[in-house]
Amino acid sequence: MRQYDRRNVNNMKNIREELDRRILVLDGAMGTMLQRYKFKEEDFRGRLFRNAPLPQQGNNDLLSLTQPKAIGEIHEAYLEAGADIIETNTFSSTTVGMADYGMEEAVYDINLASARIAAEAARKFTEADPQRPRFVAGAMGPTNKTASMSPDVNNPGFRAIDFDRLKAAYKQQVTGLIDGGVDLLLVETVFDTLNAKAALFAIEEVKEEKEVDVPVMVSGTITDASGRTLSGQTAEAFLISISHIDLLSVGFNCALGADQLLPYVKRLAQKSRFYVSAYPNAGLPNHFGEYDQTPQAMQDLLESYLKEGIVNIVGGCCGTTPEHIRKIAEVAAQYEPRKITQTA
Amino acid sequence: MKKALCDRSLMLSGLEPLVITADTNFVNIGERTNVTGSRKFLNLIREGDFEAAVEIARAQVEGGAQIIDVNMDEGMIDGVAAMTTFLNLIAAEPDIARVPVMIDSSKWEIIEAGLKVIQGKGVVNSISLKEGEEVFIAQAKKIKRYGAAVIVMAFDEKGQADTYERRIEICKRSYEVLVNKVNFPAEDIIFDPNVFPVATGMEEHRSNAVDFFKATKWIRENLPCAHVSGGVSNVSFSFRGNNTVREAMHSAFLYHGIQHGMTMGIVNPQMLEVYDEIPAELLNYVEDVLLDRSDDATERLLEYAEKVKGNGKTSSRSNLEWRNDPLQERITHALVKGIDEFIVVDVEEARVQADRPIEVIEGPLMTGMNVVGDLFGSGKMFLPQVVKSARVMKKAVAHLLPYIEAEKDQTNSSAGKVLMATVKGDVHDIGKNIVSVVLGCNNYEVIDLGVMVPPEKILQTAVDENVDIIGLSGLITPSLDEMVFLAKEMERKKLKFPLMIGGATTSRAHTAVKIAPEYTGPLVHVNDASRAVTVAGNLLQKEAGREIYVQSLQDEYTKLREGYLNRSREKKFHDLKTARANKISLDWEEFEPAKPAFTGVKEVTVSINDLLDYIDWTPFFRSWDLHGKFPAIFDDEVVGEQATSLYADAKSMLKQLIAAGSLQPRGVVGIFPANQIDDDDIQVFNENGEALARLITLRQQSQKTKGAPNMALADFVAPGDSGKTDYIGLFCVTSGFGVEELASTYEKRLDDYNAIMVKAIADRLAEAFAEYLHERVRKEIWGYADKEALTNEELIKESYKGIRPAPGYPACPDHLEKKTIWKLLEVEKRIGVTLTESLAMWPAASVSGYYFAHPQSRYFGLGKIKEDQLLSYAERRGISPEEARKWLSPVLAD
Repeated sequence: MRQYDRRNVNNMKNIREELDRRILVLDGAMGTMLQRYKFKEEDFRGRLFRNAPLPQQGNNDLLSLTQPKAIGEIHEAYLEAGADIIETNTFSSTTVGMADYGMEEAVYDINLASARIAAEAARKFTEADPQRPRFVAGAMGPTNKTASMSPDVNNPGFRAIDFDRLKAAYKQQVTGLIDGGVDLLLVETVFDTLNAKAALFAIEEVKEEKEVDVPVMVSGTITDASGRTLSGQTAEAFLISISHIDLLSVGFNCALGADQLLPYVKRLAQKSRFYVSAYPNAGLPNHFGEYDQTPQAMQDLLESYLKEGIVNIVGGCCGTTPEHIRKIAEVAAQYEPRKITQTA
Repeated sequence: MKKALCDRSLMLSGLEPLVITADTNFVNIGERTNVTGSRKFLNLIREGDFEAAVEIARAQVEGGAQIIDVNMDEGMIDGVAAMTTFLNLIAAEPDIARVPVMIDSSKWEIIEAGLKVIQGKGVVNSISLKEGEEVFIAQAKKIKRYGAAVIVMAFDEKGQADTYERRIEICKRSYEVLVNKVNFPAEDIIFDPNVFPVATGMEEHRSNAVDFFKATKWIRENLPCAHVSGGVSNVSFSFRGNNTVREAMHSAFLYHGIQHGMTMGIVNPQMLEVYDEIPAELLNYVEDVLLDRSDDATERLLEYAEKVKGNGKTSSRSNLEWRNDPLQERITHALVKGIDEFIVVDVEEARVQADRPIEVIEGPLMTGMNVVGDLFGSGKMFLPQVVKSARVMKKAVAHLLPYIEAEKDQTNSSAGKVLMATVKGDVHDIGKNIVSVVLGCNNYEVIDLGVMVPPEKILQTAVDENVDIIGLSGLITPSLDEMVFLAKEMERKKLKFPLMIGGATTSRAHTAVKIAPEYTGPLVHVNDASRAVTVAGNLLQKEAGREIYVQSLQDEYTKLREGYLNRSREKKFHDLKTARANKISLDWEEFEPAKPAFTGVKEVTVSINDLLDYIDWTPFFRSWDLHGKFPAIFDDEVVGEQATSLYADAKSMLKQLIAAGSLQPRGVVGIFPANQIDDDDIQVFNENGEALARLITLRQQSQKTKGAPNMALADFVAPGDSGKTDYIGLFCVTSGFGVEELASTYEKRLDDYNAIMVKAIADRLAEAFAEYLHERVRKEIWGYADKEALTNEELIKESYKGIRPAPGYPACPDHLEKKTIWKLLEVEKRIGVTLTESLAMWPAASVSGYYFAHPQSRYFGLGKIKEDQLLSYAERRGISPEEARKWLSPVLAD
C-alpha cells in the first residue's frame, strides 16, 4: 500500500502540471465498444461465475473479471486514439448497482481488477512516450437509486436509499479502485447531488484512513433542456453543493449532445475554481435508441467549446468510439486550456 | 465600516444558488418551521400532520425567506425522525427546495440526520466550544465533509458569552480553531454572538444589544470572510404580548445590527415594523434601550408600552388611533399613508374652520403633501405610495372645488403649469401618467393632452395656456423622431418653452445627439418619473439659478454629443456584401425543418386565467420605478415592502378583472411555408406554394470579433436553394380591449392609482399572452418542441428553442414589417388591433412578431447599419431612400 501513496502524490502533481499545459482527453464509451464483442450469457459468466443464480448478460462491469482481455483491448484502443485519461470499467460496481445481478460479493474484486487492467494499459503507453503520461480514473457511477427523490409519487417522503448505505457502498468501491492503482477518482453522471455527496464523503474517509491523496473529478448530468439535474438543481447550485471538497475538476457528461450541453458547461466555467471537464454523448439517441453522431460532427461541435476556452478535459460519453476520441484529441491539441481564475 | 479583506463569498444552495458576498446587505432566514418558536408548527409535527407543516415552509419561502430554518428540538418529538421526514418532504417541493436549508438543533445527532438528506449546501445552526475543543473540531470536520456552512455560537467551556469582551474572545478562538485546525473555509463561518433581551430591569442586561452590535463590528473587521447572524426576536423578550413594541424593537435592532455588519438574521417578517414608520416617540425609547443611552430608558419604554398595550396582533397600520390626532396631523397621516376613507370628512372640517376654501388646499393639504414630497425625495416613500397619496389629494380637492368656484376666485397658487403629452403616433402612456400624477401632487398644474397628440396641438395648447414646461413622452422608436420634429418646430416658431423628454426609448444620448442641436431653448432628459419633480423645480427657478441649470444641461449635452460622435466614428463596419458573406452559417443539409401540425391563419382565444402563470412581473415593478427582480424584490431592503403591497394590489386588480370579464384577450397566429431569399429576406408562401409576401430583415454590419457572424433574422430560415421547405410563424396578441374604458372609469373616480394599475397589468397580460401563445406554437400549433416542459421562470429566461422577435425591437427595429404582418394575418379584421401612423399598435397592450423555430435561432441586436444597406432596403421595400431613412433613422450609422 505504501508504494501507491507515493505514486499518487506524484501523479497528482503530474496531472495538474499537464492540465496547466494542455487540454487532456478523456476516453469514450465502454458499453458501445463492448457491444462489438457480442458477448453471450456464458461469456459474461466466464468460468468464475458459471453457477451464478441470476442471469449476468448485460453486467458489463463483471467482464473485468470474466473477459479481462476485451476490457484491456478497449482501453488500449482509446489510448491509441489519443486519450490521456481512461476510465475503469466500474460504472456500476457498487453493492447497490450489483444487487440486480446478485453480485454484491464480487464488488471489491471487480474494482480491484478493473483498476489493474486500466493501470496496466496506461503504464504501457506512458512508458512508450514518457513525455505524455496517461492517467487512470476510477469510474464511480450514480447507482440506480436516488437519495433525494422518492420513486413513489404518492409518498414523496420515501427514499429507496439513504446517505449511510450509499456511503458504505462507495467506500468499498473506492477501496478497491485505490488498491488497484487508479490515479484519479471520477464521480460521474451525477443526477442526484446527494448521491454524489455520499460518494465524496466516502472518498474523504478512505483517503484519510489510507493516508493517501487521490485527485477527485466530479461530473454531473443535465437531463433535459430545463438546464437542471434530475434532482432539480441548476448548474450553479450543483457546483456550490460539491465545492466543499477540493476537487480536481468539475463538469458535465452524458444525457445531452455536445451542442445542447454547451451553455451549462459555459456556466460552470464561469463560476468554477476547479478545472472544467465535458464529455457529452454522441448526439441525442435516434429512433432506435442509437447514437449516430459522426466523429467529424462531434469534433465540430466540441471545437466550439475549445474556441471559447471553457474546458480543461474533453471526451465522450454514450455512443462515442475510439474514432470519436481520435477526432476530439486531434482538435483539442490545437487549443489552449481554460485558465483557472481564483476569483470564481 | 471597514470590513476585513476577503475575496470569497458565502455560497449556499438549494435547487438554486444563494451567494452572500461581503457587500450583501441582509439575508433573512424564515423561522416559522421551528418547533421552539412556533406553537402552530409544533402542534402539527406532534400530530404528525407533515402535509400542513410543509405548507408553513412554503408560505415562508413565498413570503420572502431566503433560507429556511428547521428546528425539531422538543422533548416529545423524535427529533432525528422528524428532521429527516420533514426535509425529505420539502425536497419534493421545488418551490420550497429552491432555497437553502438551515438545520437548527442543539443535538448533534439531529444535525447529522439533517445533513444526510439535503442535496444542496445548507447551514448548520449551531455548534460551539461548549463541550471543548475536541468535540468542536470533530463536529466541524464532519460538517465540512457533508458540505455545509456553520453557525458558531459564542459559547465555550465556561459558558455563554454575555459581554463584549467574552464575545470577541470566544469568536476569535473559534475562528482560529476552525480555520487553522479544521481548514474550514472562513467564508462558511457565521457567528451568532448571542442576542439577549434588553429592558429586563436587570442592570447587567442594559448593554446586551450594544455589546452584540460592537461584537458584530469587531468580527467583521477582524475575522476575514466570517459572517454574523442572530435570532432577533430574543431582544424583545420582556415585551411578549405587546407586538407594537416588539415589532419596533426588532426593526430598530436589525437596523443597527446591519449598520454594524450583521449579514443575516432569523426574523419573522410579520413581526417587523418598517424602521421609518416607527412612531418617533417609540423609536426614541426603543433606541434609548437598545443603545443604552440613558439610565431610565427601560422605565420610559415600559411606561410607553403600557400605553400601547392591547394593540395585540394587529399592527399599527390598521389602528385607528390616529383619528384622535389634531386635524392637520390627520390630514397628513391620510396623505402619507394613502388612506382616503376619512379625507372628505377631514377636509370638510378644515373648510368650515377656514376663512376661504382655497386656504384648505394652500394650508393643511399642501402641508401634508410637502411631507409626502420630502419623504419621496429622501427615498423613504416610493412611487406607488405617492400615487396613492395623489388619489387622496384629488378626492380632497374635488370636495373643495365647488366651494372654491362658488367664490369665483381663481387664485392660482400652483408651482407651475406643465403640459404633458405622448407624441403623435404613439399610444403608450403609463410612464407619462405617472409623471403627471407625481407633478400634480407636488402642486404643479398639469395639462395632460393624452396620447397620439399631434405637434400642432401641443404647441397651440402650450401657447394658449402659457405653460411653463412641455413634457414629451414616447415608447416606440418612431416617437424619437417625432420629438426631434417638435423641437425643430419650436425652434422655427421661436418658442422657448423648457422641454422635458421621457419614455422608455428616449435616452440622455438621444436627447444630446439628436434633439439638442435642433433646439436652443432649455432641454432636459428625465430618466425616471421620480426625477420629474426635481427637474421641473430646477427649470422653474428664479433667473440666475435657472440660467445656471439650463447652461449646465447644455454643457453636459454638448460634451456627451462630442464624445458620442467621436466614438461612433471609430466604429468599423463591413460593406453589405461582406456582411452577407459573413452570415451565420447553419447546416441546412443536416437540418430537417419540423413540418407544422397546422399551417394557415387562425384566431386564438384565451381567458385571463390561462395567462396568469405566464406573467413576468419584473417589468411591472419597473414601470412603477421599483427596481429589482421578481420575486427577490420582495426581500429588497429598500423597496421590498412597497413591492409587496403593490403586488397585493395588482393581484386583487387581476381578480376583479377576471371576475368582471372586462378584458378580453384576443390573438391571431399564422404559420406559413417560407424560405430565405436574397440573403436577407424571407419569402412567405401559402400552402400551394404561391408567394404571398416578402419579410424584409436587416443585417448587422458592424465588424465583429473574429468568427462572430453578421446576423439577420432571415439566416434562421432555410434558403430556397437548400431544396427544403421551411416555415415561419407570425402573431399578434392583445389584452388591451376594455382597458381605456376601465382606466377612464377610475380616472373619473379620481383614482389615478388604479387607472395606471389597469394599464400596467394589461401590458403584462399582453406579454404573458405572447409567451403563452409561443409555448402553444412550440408544443402544439407548430409542434416542433412537443416534449418541452418549462417553468414560468424558465420561460421568462427564454430557455426554450426558437425565438419570437418583434418589429421595433433590437433584432428588427423596422416598424414597417408590422404592415406585412397585418396583411398576412388580417390582424385588423380578425382581432381589431390597428396600427397608428407611427405604426404603434392600438390598443397599446398588444404584442406582435415572428416565430422562428430553428434551434440555433437567437435574439441579437442589429446595431447600426450603413448607407449601402439603407439603399438596398429601400429598393426591396419599394420606397424612396428618404422614406427609408425616416423609418430607420435610429439605426443608421452616422
